[in-house]
Amino acid sequence: MIPPSFDYEAPASLEEAIAILGKNPEAKILAGGQSLIALMKLRLASPAVLVDINRIEGLGYIKEEDGWLRIGAMTRESDLDTSDLVREKYPLLADTTRVIADPLVRNLSTLGGNLAHADPANDHPATMLAYGAELVATGPKGERIIPVGDFFTGPFETSLAQDEILTEIRIPSPNGSSGGAYQKLERKVGDFATAAVAAQVKLGEKGVVEQVGIGLTNVGLTPIKATAAEESLQGKEANEAAISEAAQLASEAAEPEADPRGSVEFKRALVKTLTHRAIKTAVGRAQGGK
Amino acid sequence: MSNHHIRVTVNGDVQEADVDARLLLVHFIREDLNLTGTHIGCDTSHCGACTVLVNGTAIKSCTYFAVQADGAEVSTVEGLAQNGDLHPIQEGFREMHGLQCGFCTPGMMIASIALLEQNPNPTEDEIRWGISGNLCRCTGYINIVKAVQYAAEKMQE
Ligand SMILES: Cc1cc2nc3c(=O)[nH]c(=O)nc-3n(C[C@H](O)[C@H](O)[C@H](O)COP(=O)(O)OP(=O)(O)OC[C@H]3O[C@@H](n4cnc5c(N)ncnc54)[C@H](O)[C@@H]3O)c2cc1C
Ligand code: FES
Ligand code: FES
Repeated sequence: MIPPSFDYEAPASLEEAIAILGKNPEAKILAGGQSLIALMKLRLASPAVLVDINRIEGLGYIKEEDGWLRIGAMTRESDLDTSDLVREKYPLLADTTRVIADPLVRNLSTLGGNLAHADPANDHPATMLAYGAELVATGPKGERIIPVGDFFTGPFETSLAQDEILTEIRIPSPNGSSGGAYQKLERKVGDFATAAVAAQVKLGEKGVVEQVGIGLTNVGLTPIKATAAEESLQGKEANEAAISEAAQLASEAAEPEADPRGSVEFKRALVKTLTHRAIKTAVGRAQGGK
Repeated sequence: MSNHHIRVTVNGDVQEADVDARLLLVHFIREDLNLTGTHIGCDTSHCGACTVLVNGTAIKSCTYFAVQADGAEVSTVEGLAQNGDLHPIQEGFREMHGLQCGFCTPGMMIASIALLEQNPNPTEDEIRWGISGNLCRCTGYINIVKAVQYAAEKMQE
């Protein structure tokens, strides 16, 4: 399959890239290309100009600074997977990256692309909702911080302007007894989720849940933050009854559609089970387990 | 539409060409360079038949533009044997019957080489994960895993 014709630009700086995007309303950013090129080959996307940001230096990094884990938007899944920092301190992110696509696709796909693509089936969006991440967009006027809750505006739609580039993802560094987990059901390696659930918790004294974030993947037109489930768990001891109630509320927040991966009823039941497992694993990790 | 002059080192040989931006790397390799060992299976980034190394990283060349490879080193199956001597991974596939129709084999071998580069002594699970982006319709993978194990041993000698 041959994509439609386009002009190709590979600027060496962010400023140049932003200027090209600003001048061409039909331009699109090329990051890992693992979603965009597929869409172009199927002629579901036909950008007039591709702005390849792979040749801009300094957009791929993973570092802790000022209470945040800062990840450059061009960081590849394969880099997240092999990062000791991510593995040791950010188990929710480590779980998530491991179940995305296959090793060859992961060598190219970027965290920024996964979020900016805003496919409700993508895995990182729910994880970033659970973490309460902040996204840094760089445009002609400089940087702007977008709370992840304001980022996903519809299927394949975000609050980024045409001439803005997602440059950094910031995850609050965990403190105290914190833990997280991602639970995904997929039919085979590399498949998108039938459903998946991200959970991040912080425990206070006596095991009481002080903070909790829960995000749902591929059971709605956008990733869903399960706020009722979060509120029900907050301030409670994370025992079986409390986790079950939160899992029930999360499944009620899901808005799945029937497709070859399953019926509406199946997916709702699945969200309940996966939420239960995700919270339980997150709590176990917050208590120092694996 | 835009045309670009690219310079790509393929299996050690410098190749220069003027390419349309939309030319996929796999088409450049197969049709412009006549290196037809790199296959097109699904054409949708699922099967891995088109796997090549770009600067040492294994990627699916059906989902990558030739112009993106400007300045890069690309390795394909044709570059594996040196002076008539098979690469250990090729030897492994031959000795362990790692292929039947052979369609997936070039991609499997390239993905395996990338795996062994990162992890010279992988467990069976790690091998299966390493080749999970490559589909084989014939073998059931058992002998492919053995072929990779054979190569791992040989390469450590
Ligand atoms: C076989 C296969 C299986 C997959 N399985 C999964 C899976 O299980 N889970 C999952 O989550 N994903 C999966 N993916 C998707 C994959 O992770 C994509 O790579 C990802 O969704 C997009 O990242 P990319 O870097 O390739 O972006 P691209 O394809 O380059 O871009 C995607 C979109 O985002 C825009 N964009 C990219 N970067 C930026 C930026 N920095 N700022 C602003 N806009 C930007 C582009 O303009 C484009 O519209 C799979 C892909 C394949 C091919
Ligand atoms: S032909 Fe490229 S992955 Fe199948
Ligand atoms: S040997 Fe036939 S597809 Fe693998």
